[in-house]
Amino acid sequence: MPVKLDAKPAEPAMMQDLRLHERETEAATPATRTAKLSAEDLNFFYGSFQALHGISMQVYEQHVTAFIGPSGCGKSTFLRTLNRMNETVRGSRVEGRVMLDGENILEAEVSDVRRRVGMVFQRSNPFPKSIFDNVAYGPKINGTVKGKSALRDKVEQSLRRAALWDEVKDKLHESAYGLSGGQQQRLCIARALAVDPEVLLLDEPCSALDPIATAKIEDLIFQLKDSCTIVIVTHNMQQAARVADYTGFFLLGKLIEFDLTSQIFKNPSKRQTEDYVTGRFG
Amino acid sequence: MTTPVAHSATNPRRPSGRARTFWTRLKTGDEVAFLITLACAASVLLVTGLLVFELYQNSALPRHKFGWSFLTTDVWDPVAEEFGALPFIYGTLVTSALALVIGIPLGVGAAIFLAELAPARISAGLTFLIELLAAVPSVIYGLLGIFILVPALRSAEPTLRAVLGWMPIFQGPFYGVSLLSAGVVLSVMILPFIISISREVILAVPNDQREAALALGATRWETTWDIVLPYAKNGITGSIFLALARALGETMAVTMVIGNDPKIVGSLFAPGYTIAAVIANEFTEATGDMYSGALIELGLVLFGLTIIINAVARILVSGGRLKGAP
Amino acid sequence: MTAAAPLRSANTTRRKVVNVVMLTLTGLCTLVAAGTLVFILGYLFIHGGSSLTLDFFTKLPTPVGEAGGGMANAILGSAKLLLIAMLVGVPLGFMGGVYLSEFGGSAFSFFVRYTTDLLNGVPSIVIGIFAYTVIVLPQKHFSTLAGGLALGVMMIPIAIRSSEEFLRAVPISLREGSMALGASKARSILTVVIPAAKHGILTGIMLNLARVAGETAPLLFTSFGNRYWSPGWDQPTAALPVMIFNYAISPYEDWHRQAWSAGFVLLALVLTVNIVARIIISKRTSPR
Repeated sequence: MPVKLDAKPAEPAMMQDLRLHERETEAATPATRTAKLSAEDLNFFYGSFQALHGISMQVYEQHVTAFIGPSGCGKSTFLRTLNRMNETVRGSRVEGRVMLDGENILEAEVSDVRRRVGMVFQRSNPFPKSIFDNVAYGPKINGTVKGKSALRDKVEQSLRRAALWDEVKDKLHESAYGLSGGQQQRLCIARALAVDPEVLLLDEPCSALDPIATAKIEDLIFQLKDSCTIVIVTHNMQQAARVADYTGFFLLGKLIEFDLTSQIFKNPSKRQTEDYVTGRFG
Repeated sequence: MTTPVAHSATNPRRPSGRARTFWTRLKTGDEVAFLITLACAASVLLVTGLLVFELYQNSALPRHKFGWSFLTTDVWDPVAEEFGALPFIYGTLVTSALALVIGIPLGVGAAIFLAELAPARISAGLTFLIELLAAVPSVIYGLLGIFILVPALRSAEPTLRAVLGWMPIFQGPFYGVSLLSAGVVLSVMILPFIISISREVILAVPNDQREAALALGATRWETTWDIVLPYAKNGITGSIFLALARALGETMAVTMVIGNDPKIVGSLFAPGYTIAAVIANEFTEATGDMYSGALIELGLVLFGLTIIINAVARILVSGGRLKGAP
Repeated sequence: MTAAAPLRSANTTRRKVVNVVMLTLTGLCTLVAAGTLVFILGYLFIHGGSSLTLDFFTKLPTPVGEAGGGMANAILGSAKLLLIAMLVGVPLGFMGGVYLSEFGGSAFSFFVRYTTDLLNGVPSIVIGIFAYTVIVLPQKHFSTLAGGLALGVMMIPIAIRSSEEFLRAVPISLREGSMALGASKARSILTVVIPAAKHGILTGIMLNLARVAGETAPLLFTSFGNRYWSPGWDQPTAALPVMIFNYAISPYEDWHRQAWSAGFVLLALVLTVNIVARIIISKRTSPR
C-alpha cells in the first residue's frame, strides 16, 4: 500500500509501527469484527454547557481503540460516558444511547455497568490498603468470587495479567503506597481486571509516568486486548500509533473522524484530523 | 567601639548592624512591641501554671489524707469527712459514654450526608445551623432538659421498658432525672463538634479515591463506608475525642437533669452525679477545708482527664486533616 | 482468555437496597441534628418570648415566693462581668495573638500555642475554682471582680488563637510593602497588618464575648449571685445565666416562667451575635 505523505514526514520508528499495525489489522476486516460498545448520537451537558455533540461510533471487541485530540476536546468526557462515571458530576445530563452488547447502559444498573466496563485513571489512585486488599476489593463487593482461596487465586491472576505479580508476590500484605508510580498504576490495572471486565477504559494512564513505566503499560495493553476490549485516551499521538488498532479524533466536543489508526495517521479524510496529526496545532 | 558604622539601605540616617544599640531599636518601637506582645503571650503560661498550682495546693489536705485511694473510694460523706471520687468518676464516664453512643452514629451519619450527598449550598447552610448548636449556653440545654426532656422520658417509660427493659442497664426505678437524661442531653450538646469536624475531614478525602471505588462497581454507600470513612478515620476519631472532652466537663445541663445522687447503681434509669455537677452544687456549701479541698481535688481530677483526652484529640485531628491516609 | 463474569451480579438488588436505606438514614440524622436547633429556637421563642414583659428588663427580683419582678440586676451584672472579662481577656489575648503571628516561629511560640490549647480545653467549672482560690479566698467574699476574672481567663485562649488566625491571614506582601517603605516592624503591624485584619479580630471578640456571656459554672462561686443591685466591683452580683439556673431548679411556677423569659433573652443575644459575626466573616473571606 503506497504511503501518501503530503505533509511533514513521520519519524522512521513511527512508520515501522504503522506498518506493523497495518499487517495486524488487515486481518480484522469488517466481517470479523464485532462492536462491543457503541455510542449512538450521544450528547452530554454540564449544566447548560454542551460538552459533547452527537457522538456516534463503535468500539470493537478484542481491539484497542484510542481517542486523541487537543486538551479540552471532550475525549476524556466521552470516555467517562462509557461507564457512566460522568454521572458523578452534579448537574450533568446525557442524551442518546450507549450500547454494551446491544443493551443500553444508561438504562441498566449502574454498578453492573461499571463492573463490566472498568476504568483506570490518569493518576494512580490505590486505596490506603495492602496490595492484596486493593485488588481483592472489587471481587469482594461484587460477590464475583467467593471463598478465601478463590479470592487469593483471583488476586494472583489479576496481578499476573497486569504484569505485576513477580514484583509484588512477596509483599502482598504491604501498603500499596510503598510501590513506585508505575507499579501503582499497574496495581490499579490489576484492581480493575479483578472483576473480569469486558471492556477496560484507560484515561491517559501513562501521563504521569516515565518512559520505561509507560513502555511496560503499553506492552500490557497488547497482552490484554485479547481478553479485554481496550479504549485508551491519550494526548500522545505516538502512543496511539503504537498501541491502537482504531483511533478517534475529537475536537471541541465532536468526533471529527474515526478509522483504522493507520488511516488516521497516514490518510486522514478530514482537514482538521490531518492538521492535528501533522502537528499544525495541538 | 571601632566598628565601622554601616547605614541601612532604607534610611541613611539610621545606623544598622552592630551599631544599632538597644536604645536605637527601642526608639523605633520594634523592641517595645516585641516585649509587650511577648509578655502577653507569656501570660498564658503564667495563668495555666498558676491554675495547676492552685488546684494542687488547695487540694493538699485530702490528697495527703486519702492518697490515690481517693480515686477508688465510692464513699462521699461530708459529715464523716470521708471523700471518694469514684461515684463521680463513674457518673462522668457513664454519661459521656452514653452521649457518645448516641452522638457518634447521629453525628457521623449527618456528616456523611452533608459531605457526600447534599449539594454544596444546602450542605453549607445546614452545617451553619448545626454549628449554632454549639453556641447555645449549657444552662439553656439544662432548661430544656428539665422541662421537656425529663417529662418526655418519664412518659416514655413504659415504651422504654418494653423495648429495652431486658437489659440490666434499663431496669430499676425511674424518676426522670437520671444518667439516661444526662446522657441524652450531652449527646445533643456534642453533636455539632462531631458533625462539623467529621464533615470537614470527609470533604478532604481526595475525590480520586471515590472514583476508583465507583469505577469498580461500588455503590455510593459502599464507597463511603469502605473507602471514604476509613480514609477519614483519624479526623473522625479526633472529633469524637474532642466531643468526649466537652462532655466530660459539661456542668450546668448535666446537674439539672442527672438527679445529683452520689451512688453507683448499674442502671441508666438511676440518678447519678458527675464531677462537674458535684462541684457546682456543693462548692458553696462546703464547710471545712477538707470538704472544699476534696471538691478542689475533684477539679484536679477533671482537669487531668480533659487534658489527656484533648491531647489525644488534637493529635488525631491534625494528623487526620493533613495526612488522611495511613 | 478468562471466564466471563456473570452478566448481572447476584447481589446487586441487595446492594441497591442497602445503598438507599443507609443514605436515607444519613439524611434522617441530619434532619435530627438540624431539627434540634430549630426546635430549641422555636420552643424558647414561643415559651419564653411570649411571657417576656418590660418588667423583666426593669425590675428587681421579688422576695422568694412572691410573683412578679424582673431580672434587671442580672442583666446589669452580666454586663459588668463581661466588661471585666473583656478588659482582662482581650488585651492579653490580642497581644498574645500578635506575638504568635508576627514574632512567632520559635520553640517558645510552640509552647505558648500548646498551652493555649490546653487552657482552652479546661472545663469552665475548673476555671471557676481557679478564680475562687486566687481572689475569693484571700478576700473572703464573693465579688464581681472574681467572676469577671474567671470569664476573662476563659476568653484569653480563644482571643489568642482567633487573633493569630486573622493576623496570619493578612498577606505577607502587605507587610513587606510597608517595611520596604521604611516603616519599622512595629509600625507596620500597627498601621497596616492590624487594620487589615480588623474585621476578623472584632468578630472574634464578639463571638468570644457571646460564648462567655452564657457561662454559668464559673460564676457559681465567684460572683455567686445577688437579689439586689451590686454597686461597685467588690460585691457578689447577679448574672443572667445564674438566675436562669436558680429559677429553673426552684419549685416556684412563676420563677420557671421567668427562667424561660431569661433563657429566651440570653439565647437571642448569643445567637444574634453568632449569626452576625459569621455573616461578617463569610462576607470578608468569600471571593467576590
